[in-house]
Amino acid sequence: MLIKKPEIPSSEITPEGLYLNRRQWIGAAAGAVAAASVPSALLACAPGGEQDDKPNSYEDITSYNNFYEFGTDKSDPARNAPRTLRTSPWTVEIGGLCDRPGRYAFNDLVRANRVVDRTYRMRCVEAWSMVIPWRGIQLRDVINQARPRAGARFVEFTTLHDPAQMPGQRRQVLDWPYLEGLRMDEAMHPLTLLATGIYGRPLPAQNGAPLRLVVPWKYGFKNIKSIVRIRFVDRQPRNTWQVSAPTEYGFYANVNPQVDHPRWSQARERRIGEWRRRPTLMFNGYSEVASLYSGLDLRRNF
Amino acid sequence: MAAPAPWQLQAARWIRPVAWIGGLVPLLLMVLAAFTTGLSADPIKEVTHRTGWAALLMLMLSLSVTPLRALTRWNWLAPVRRTLGLCAYGYAVVHFLIYMVDQGFSWGYITEDILERPYVTVGFAALVILTPLALTSTKGMIRRLGKRWQKLHRLVYVAAGLGVLHFLWLVKKDLREPLIFAAVLAVLLLFRVLPIGKAKKQKRDPPRRAPAPERPAVRG
Repeated sequence: MLIKKPEIPSSEITPEGLYLNRRQWIGAAAGAVAAASVPSALLACAPGGEQDDKPNSYEDITSYNNFYEFGTDKSDPARNAPRTLRTSPWTVEIGGLCDRPGRYAFNDLVRANRVVDRTYRMRCVEAWSMVIPWRGIQLRDVINQARPRAGARFVEFTTLHDPAQMPGQRRQVLDWPYLEGLRMDEAMHPLTLLATGIYGRPLPAQNGAPLRLVVPWKYGFKNIKSIVRIRFVDRQPRNTWQVSAPTEYGFYANVNPQVDHPRWSQARERRIGEWRRRPTLMFNGYSEVASLYSGLDLRRNF
Repeated sequence: MAAPAPWQLQAARWIRPVAWIGGLVPLLLMVLAAFTTGLSADPIKEVTHRTGWAALLMLMLSLSVTPLRALTRWNWLAPVRRTLGLCAYGYAVVHFLIYMVDQGFSWGYITEDILERPYVTVGFAALVILTPLALTSTKGMIRRLGKRWQKLHRLVYVAAGLGVLHFLWLVKKDLREPLIFAAVLAVLLLFRVLPIGKAKKQKRDPPRRAPAPERPAVRG
């Protein structure tokens, strides 16, 4: 079988340069018109902010991925995922402690909600980072639709488990399927996204198509990919990397330059495309989430 | 011992340039990748990994020369040991230089890494140990140090062990590659303590100590 090329003809793809200009225009307009009404969180990465955040190229974002379901080398997902992962049809099961559980076709889930474009920094626990223009829906919209019950304190996410589609799952390098979780208030935060695209194009398989989590103030491994199940639970869910190495990876995984990985420093990071390391910012620079953790010992709850 | 076959004399003539070219293959592949596929989205990390990997590979190949000679009696392989050992040191030095570039030459971070992060500590120790070995690899130094030379150069086993440990301690989860290196090193070390390795080595010891080189007088 030949390698399948992306289905979209290149003529239909907005060039990166145009896309960026568009973003700037929207950002400027939004800033001028809605500065008072839009929560500051939504403009965290708006142009003109204090951060120097030029988005990484589409090529970098889609060729350098940690997605162990397709191999442990960062070039493996781009090579393997587009060939083996079938993202259509795709069903997401929403269940657990909620009044309106159900199985949703991916298209219906997205169509029912407002689509937003957000450019976020992404900080990997391996001390590198990128800036990625996501497209997606807010997780809070999906949660509200499902009407979680009072006892639902956490949200648990599950990646597809199918070694035929995900050849990396034939080895027990991690405990499959990949699991992640958020506290309800983290999941409801307006910054938290279910991403469906990059640069306005559908999410490539290697980036977690068709639906992945994006929580920009946490290390990248929290951003679970190719989600097939979202469950409301009353207890803190297990998450795969914590299960794999509990002394190295925690449940919260908030970006924190003061708490080092046991084996390497988290004080600085290399932005992909840059030579010099830059200081890592608390909560990856999204200081508006700090109030979620007041009173929590972030050294112990790493 | 019977006189070497003609092809072995030819091999002896070419072994040195061939070993050098072989030792430079990882470097050539890196340069080739830089101009074709590219060195990933994070070239500094990629080049760091590739040079570290090459250093370990060269060290293992260098350490397999003696067992190979013992098993095959191909004594013309002897120069490969030094050539690839020097290549290993070269890759290790470049590996460390790139790491320093990566750290922006901020000595605070570099010393913190070396003192507090065990995988950096052992990697740095391996490099430090290899340095006197590289410096004493010349014929003049071998002669001058005499018996002490061999003692000194046994440190290569320590350096190789630390190098493998360095790799083992830095990977996030997938231990396959460092474990393969560990297994190869274990076999190579085992050969040196097991009787088969020892017996054959003893037989060859006298000619090696003699000042006249056992390889034909061919200058690369």
